[in-house]
Amino acid sequence: MSSETGPHEDVPDDHNLPEQGHPQGREPGEGSVSLPEQDPFANPGLPAHQHRVQDVDEAAAKRSERTVAMLFTLSMLATVGFIASFVAFPADKIVYIWPAGHISALNFSLGMTLGIALLGIGAGAVHWARTLMTDTELIQERHSISAEPEVRAQVIEEFKQGATESQFGRRRLVRNTLYGAMALLPLSGVVLLRDLGPLPEDKLRKTAWKKGKVLVNENTGLKLKPEDITVGSLAFAKPEGLDHGEHGWANEIAKAALMLVRIEPADIKDKQSLDWSHEGILAYSKICTHIGCAVSLYEQQTHHVLCPCHQSTFDLADGARVLFGPAGHPLPQLKISVNKDGFLEAQGDFAEPVGPAFWERG
Amino acid sequence: MSISTSNRTEAETSDRRKAPAGERVADWADGRLSIYGAAKATMRKIFPDHWSFMLGEVALYSFIVIILTGVYLTMFFTPSMAEVEYHGSYVPMQGVVMSEAYASTLDISFDVRGGLLIRQIHHWGALIFLAAMFVHMMRVFFTGAFRKPRELNWVFGFTLLVLGMFTGLTGYSLPDDLLSGTGLRFLHGAILATPVIGTYLAMFLFGGEFPGTEIIPRFFAFHILLLPGIMLALVVTHVTLVFYQKHTQFAGAGKTNKNVVGTPLLPVYTAKAGGFFFLVFGVISVIAATFTINPVWTIGPYRPDQVSTNAQPDWYLGFPEGLVRIMPGWEINVLGHTLVMDLIIPLMVVFPVVLGAIAAYPFIESWVTGDKREHHILDRPRNVPTRTAFGMAWVSWYFVLLIGGGNDLWATYLHLSINSITWFVRIGFFVVPILTFIVTKRICLGLQRADREKVLHGRESGIIKRLPHGEFVEVHEPLSQEELHVLAGHEQYQPLEIGPETDEHGVVRKVNPVERVRVSLSKGYYGEGGQIPKPTAEEYRELTSGHGHH
Amino acid sequence: MKKLSARRRHPLAALVVLLFALAATGGLYTAFAPADEAKANQASSSSLAIKEGKELYAVGCASCHGTGGKGTTDGPSLVGVGAAAVDFQVGTGRMPAAQPGAQAPKKKPKYTQAETDQLAAYVASLGPGPSVPTKDQYSPNGADLANGGELFRTNCAQCHNFTGEGGALTEGKYAPDLGGVDEKHIYEAMQTGPQAMPSFPDTLVTAKDKKDIVAYLKTVNSDEAHTPGGYKLGGTGPVSEGLFAWVFGLGAMIATAVWVAARSTKAKKS
Repeated sequence: MSSETGPHEDVPDDHNLPEQGHPQGREPGEGSVSLPEQDPFANPGLPAHQHRVQDVDEAAAKRSERTVAMLFTLSMLATVGFIASFVAFPADKIVYIWPAGHISALNFSLGMTLGIALLGIGAGAVHWARTLMTDTELIQERHSISAEPEVRAQVIEEFKQGATESQFGRRRLVRNTLYGAMALLPLSGVVLLRDLGPLPEDKLRKTAWKKGKVLVNENTGLKLKPEDITVGSLAFAKPEGLDHGEHGWANEIAKAALMLVRIEPADIKDKQSLDWSHEGILAYSKICTHIGCAVSLYEQQTHHVLCPCHQSTFDLADGARVLFGPAGHPLPQLKISVNKDGFLEAQGDFAEPVGPAFWERG
Repeated sequence: MSISTSNRTEAETSDRRKAPAGERVADWADGRLSIYGAAKATMRKIFPDHWSFMLGEVALYSFIVIILTGVYLTMFFTPSMAEVEYHGSYVPMQGVVMSEAYASTLDISFDVRGGLLIRQIHHWGALIFLAAMFVHMMRVFFTGAFRKPRELNWVFGFTLLVLGMFTGLTGYSLPDDLLSGTGLRFLHGAILATPVIGTYLAMFLFGGEFPGTEIIPRFFAFHILLLPGIMLALVVTHVTLVFYQKHTQFAGAGKTNKNVVGTPLLPVYTAKAGGFFFLVFGVISVIAATFTINPVWTIGPYRPDQVSTNAQPDWYLGFPEGLVRIMPGWEINVLGHTLVMDLIIPLMVVFPVVLGAIAAYPFIESWVTGDKREHHILDRPRNVPTRTAFGMAWVSWYFVLLIGGGNDLWATYLHLSINSITWFVRIGFFVVPILTFIVTKRICLGLQRADREKVLHGRESGIIKRLPHGEFVEVHEPLSQEELHVLAGHEQYQPLEIGPETDEHGVVRKVNPVERVRVSLSKGYYGEGGQIPKPTAEEYRELTSGHGHH
Repeated sequence: MKKLSARRRHPLAALVVLLFALAATGGLYTAFAPADEAKANQASSSSLAIKEGKELYAVGCASCHGTGGKGTTDGPSLVGVGAAAVDFQVGTGRMPAAQPGAQAPKKKPKYTQAETDQLAAYVASLGPGPSVPTKDQYSPNGADLANGGELFRTNCAQCHNFTGEGGALTEGKYAPDLGGVDEKHIYEAMQTGPQAMPSFPDTLVTAKDKKDIVAYLKTVNSDEAHTPGGYKLGGTGPVSEGLFAWVFGLGAMIATAVWVAARSTKAKKS
């Protein structure tokens, strides 16, 4: 049974267009009836064209015409409506439309009129095509994508001739130096990319924190005292002198942002963490060690902090150990104490780079 | 001679004068562009009609809509990260320090009349564009439309999908709101994780440390120039190839591998496809009029020290997001260097391998079948159970990871623990595609069996007849010739064989291990359990020759 | 405020202030500054209120929170949580808890406001803590919306979503949707840090800042909130938008395509 063909590696080119169900390659003529004796599953050929209602009943065709014209007219009206809405509604006008809510009158009216104007044209054109334009199905033959063997032979011959005439193959020196030139040329482009940015150096290792920097409340802009932070509360701090809107603020806060919590010293499991705290006030980097989101979903009962980006969970009572999620190392802790004026201050910079890990981090 | 020449010229001239204006314009153009030659080949070109062939059109038209609205948006958008104080009309932001990019996005939304509508059309259009590309690709996959001669167009389409994802990523980063800035933070962290060169790449892309002031102007150039430019060229190539190779068609009466049956480009297809553009645009406009998308004014300007929960990318990046979310934390420290496996594995191993496998699939399948012929009649998915099962397994896997990418929202809405959902996705990552594969394959085989029954015994009519001797039988109606052709006219591959282990002289043959892999794949695809043999002509004749059988 | 100063002259006030002063020594004074008002406020409710509250407590709360609010393994100590905490937990129906679980959900309150006040008075008498805020404190009048927005995004959005639609926390816990929550209860939640939520005492987020946050939240998340772009699809960002684009956007496209490609009705053969 040739319709159950196996692998076709050896099928020659002239069989490139296999005829499914037609092993003999017999062409089904339009409307032709096949002979089931030969192949019970043969293609019966294109059935005779069936007329639509509109093809035989002029009244129906007239109705279609009116529908199409009505849709096009609707589109015209909608465009007029669009212009009218644009003029009539101020940008800040809010209207209540159920169930969307309190929405912009301008956005709603412009969008709906534009939508109707477009849908009118589209629906009209499609309805026209479906009911009035001739819908006879036509057959078009396919041709093999590959060139005829003579064409192929001629092209290859001409290419060889061209190649020979160029002496590309014979003049090795020309060829090799051309390769060399072409290979080197893109280097200029690569070199130009150098000034896209500075070299990393130790930029990822340093933050704005240093010994003696006072912790400032992110909300109030006031220096933080230990008594401001109660057990169960959550505070956010920045280094003194780093103010929003100043040049370079974003780059610095992206590394220096702090999250402060107070945990009963007895509940702090990690010894170093306790040592670096001030009476149970722990200062952790707010920047997640996974990819750098501002991790701060603090659950005061469990002392867990969750990152909203990828659900890394850290235990702030245990040196910000990773409990769950894709983070690979704990949040860095900033060693803090109280200065002589009673304000919280840093005892130095973070001991390790904050934020996501990188190749040189070690 | 001269007289006759002048006569002819006169005749020609008078002909031209009589010709309608349209023809004269066409003549003028033909003299310079030879448009008649091009029109001869295309004007009455036949296109087959099927709704699933229009999914690609949805993608194409939403792409055009995105370009139109995108051009409008560039006229009002300021791609700058310089900080300004906002004084526009949105009250809850007045006085807030923000980037010019964010401020200009607020201006587009509140102060430019119709700006909000265009923004929403642009964003909804982008989501629908990518979804349409995705389902279009599924249609092409499950019907085998990627087979020769269309493998390259599959690769072009695949490239468009990937570029569409990156154009989307660069686009939603532009408003510099809290959500998109968090997305940029993710991108920065992911680049940092690249072994050896990560920190350099990050510094060069961002023009220094995160966030810097360069990334939005740079992404703006990528988003409005570089990526759409490449995409436009690819779209033109993709559509030209569809035109040139002619569209595929489903098996049916009169439809063969050597022809194409349908309606001509002029007028029916032009009216339908042209009309469909307006319908697609219209639907997106109505959606943009009634449904909010990305309300950046509620999200707030980006600050690296702020974050909002429900931090997700747009849906088309939910797949890599899911991969990252389910990956357990893992860093390897060797000789003072860190390998950030929790990002390297999902983003630099699994994601590219999956994308590469999709791109390479047509070549893999044709290698397994060894079939070098052209295919223009589409497969019914049930007739290629293994391919269909692979496709469904992949789709199920994709959706499992989309769930993973939104695990926090599923937890919120379904009142489940986020940790349980993550664990479910971690297990589902391995289990769901395998189960889907098995189930899909069984369904396909079941459908093939049903087809076989139908061909051999006819359709169950539901009419119960009582025979003279009292027996009740159901009347089976014979199928029409078209139905017989559709159900049994296709061909079935036979699995490859390695051949005898020894040659005719009893010497052990050496078989290339690659060939062994190919043979076992072929057996999996087409061997026993891979497909149900379709009824042969002999079987059919045997059963239908004697009348009076049931 | 006049009423408040009048209450300061209540016979019990002196005792309360004294108790408070003893408890809040040194710097802790600052941390518990609002309790000053709290005690004065509570003091106005007569000792009768405390007594009745104690009876209600014994019936409805003591089984978990222990006699005298000292706490048991089933419930935390209530000494020092203040009237605001009681008003929040009981007023939103979270307490008494229906069953143990990751988190006590909001439900229909079991006690009337009068009973809640009595319970609050009793618990406030156990130790100093934040008092129930006055309407002046939480009403949005005269608030700075932009400041409220900035503070909301710094302190609240990480758990509650950028417009307070809520979000998931670990192990089944969650930050609830803030839409439709009473202004007073939002204020109290910030003061007291109920359940998993950390507290934001006035030292960290000042009373004025809290008022701004409440006002911002009411502007962006309430039945009256403006959503200029149209229906907000839950307001949780790209996931619901993507789902909508797939189901309705692409669904509409496919429905249209089916119509465009469908065969038109054929005339019946006569």
